[in-house]
Amino acid sequence: MDLTFSEQETAFRDELREWLSANHPGEAPKGEGEDAQYAWRRDWQRRLYDAGWAAPAWPTEYGGRGASLTESAIYFEELGRARVPMAANVLGLLLGGPTLMVWGTDEQKERYLSPILSGEEIWCQGFSEPDAGSDLASLKTKAVKDGDEWVVTGQKVWTSGAQYSKWCMLVARSDGEVAKHKGLTYFLMDMEQDAVQVRPLRQITGEAEFNELFIEEARIPDANVVGGVGNGWKVALTTLMNERAGLGFALQIRLRQLLDDVIAIAAERGMLDDPLYADAIAELHVRCESIRLLAWKGLTDVERYGQPGPEGSLVKWLWSDTNQRLTQLAVDVVGPEALTVGESWSYELLRARGNTIEGGTTEVLKNIVAERVLGLPRLKVAA
Amino acid sequence: MDFGFTDDQRDIQRTARDLLSERATPARVREHAEARTVDQALWRELSELGWPGIAISEEHGGQGLGQIELSILCEELGRSLAPVPFLGSVMAAAVIEHGGSAEQRERWLPGLASGELVGALGAATDGTAELVIGAPDAQVIVLVEGDGTARALAQQDVELTAIESIDPTRSAASVSASGSNDALPDGCVGLGRALVSVSSELVGVCDRALSMTVDYVKDRKQFGVPVGAYQAVSHRCAQMLLETEQARATAAFAAWTADADPARLAEAAAMAKAAASDAGREVTASAIQAHGGIGFTWEADVHWLYKRAQLDAALLGGAKRHRARVAAILADRLGASAAA
Repeated sequence: MDLTFSEQETAFRDELREWLSANHPGEAPKGEGEDAQYAWRRDWQRRLYDAGWAAPAWPTEYGGRGASLTESAIYFEELGRARVPMAANVLGLLLGGPTLMVWGTDEQKERYLSPILSGEEIWCQGFSEPDAGSDLASLKTKAVKDGDEWVVTGQKVWTSGAQYSKWCMLVARSDGEVAKHKGLTYFLMDMEQDAVQVRPLRQITGEAEFNELFIEEARIPDANVVGGVGNGWKVALTTLMNERAGLGFALQIRLRQLLDDVIAIAAERGMLDDPLYADAIAELHVRCESIRLLAWKGLTDVERYGQPGPEGSLVKWLWSDTNQRLTQLAVDVVGPEALTVGESWSYELLRARGNTIEGGTTEVLKNIVAERVLGLPRLKVAA
Repeated sequence: MDFGFTDDQRDIQRTARDLLSERATPARVREHAEARTVDQALWRELSELGWPGIAISEEHGGQGLGQIELSILCEELGRSLAPVPFLGSVMAAAVIEHGGSAEQRERWLPGLASGELVGALGAATDGTAELVIGAPDAQVIVLVEGDGTARALAQQDVELTAIESIDPTRSAASVSASGSNDALPDGCVGLGRALVSVSSELVGVCDRALSMTVDYVKDRKQFGVPVGAYQAVSHRCAQMLLETEQARATAAFAAWTADADPARLAEAAAMAKAAASDAGREVTASAIQAHGGIGFTWEADVHWLYKRAQLDAALLGGAKRHRARVAAILADRLGASAAA
């Protein structure tokens, strides 16, 4: 056990930290609407890209730095610590690119990877459907072969950034005759066609971070199938695994910052001397630290044994629950301001409700832990 | 950054687990628990293997290994519930070694390292500790006070009243000592290590409670299916794993800081004890619940775990006490950075 960083890792951290402080994009533009915010994030990605910091985990042959898992974790920790925005094309960088590196043809890698990295082409994710959430494999969007094209019809939901996207990672049913996991194919769908309509989905915070996609006979060339026809489930799992791995460290740091803010306010108001507040705050601190430790432990398991230990599934569960508790406590500490529309604490309070749903509900995560980690039997669900 | 054990540490863990699974079988533990006796044969064997002195310096007859190695043994002993006075001895030794004078170290540590002497550690207020685990078997009793002072007292110098605690795998007593003799010059600086040891024992207790429960709910059928297939049960088991792994991660971190980054030990040990105390109580309580009616019987072995966890959770202060400590450390840190 050695919980220190190597010289090389420290040098990586120092270089990045220095670059971030010299190139910080400043505060997000306020009151200029969502498009202005997005443009700001796009500029930010361009700046990261020009300096070689857009995706350090990508292999050097694709324009990354070939960073190790630890360095990649350091990267997200540092971005979180510097409080810089997410790169505009976060889904392309974390999900689309890595999925193509595993499953894509040489032509596909050649065509798509570079514009993902530069942010020239934005990617979105078309997996969930109104009737296929946790039970993703039951999705209904249909893809029918027509010559050397596929004709796609259906509806997708929770598609963030769809209005800015050029490409959608789309999973659709290409064969309705076989068992549900087997009939799926993974496509790259061009969003710039009339057959694809994007409608913003207003969420409980009042903003529209996500969209619905209405797809009516959209055309996808056969060359845009990723990983082979009928292999969509496996390819999608690669994407989902990347989703859980990459963001963990950034989220954990974000939690740490919110907690530090709450602690600072509580201290200012003398609440750390109040045993009830002190207990609640210390409990969050212990949880926050255990999330950090579990995240690092999971990572070193992957480095040592090639696969994550039980920690992997626990981190997201514990993080989401802790973030909800933290934002609730913040209301008690901050007071009415935290219940006022337009204030950051009220936003965090409401946004946190999504944490235990997005990227795998807590209930599904518990099923995964029970079945795959503890080896408990699965309850047969009536068909 | 590496959370894994070294090959040597893994060997210690494997050897300890193998030995205890043979020697501290559930039947043997039950026999001693029901008779409220120490397993002297096992204690002698562990002593010959050098377990009590694993973290005591070689200069004083120990093996000179670190808190990580000691914590590995604590965890395995917690898992097995072996009825031996190990925990009290290693906690007393840590406080004497890190806070005692040369003379006190020379007087007590070689015996504690070889297992010829047994130690115990209690949290006292004005010289009285209400519940000291292992005190009736101990020749040296360390009392730590809330103000950071500590004393290492020979058994004949204390007043001891045996207590029949709910955990019959270990003896217990209330201890009081008048005067202020035998004070350790550096007080309880070794207390952080003691907190890590008890936290690690709790991790072992949790781990065992979870594995017994998982085995049981896979096997037990109601309404024609294993009860572990019901989400009300399986999600409870998942929660047990979450709490166990939180306790394990914080205890591992604290064990690491003890030797590698002592400036962080106080905070890390308080976090570990808070997490482990909560986990110990919750996980063993869930184990009884998931075992259903059988879990409430004397015949099933889960109650020994629940009882051990209750005592360990309270030992040297419960979760709330240690969270208060964490909050104080956070407040100090803020005050210090504001002053700077």
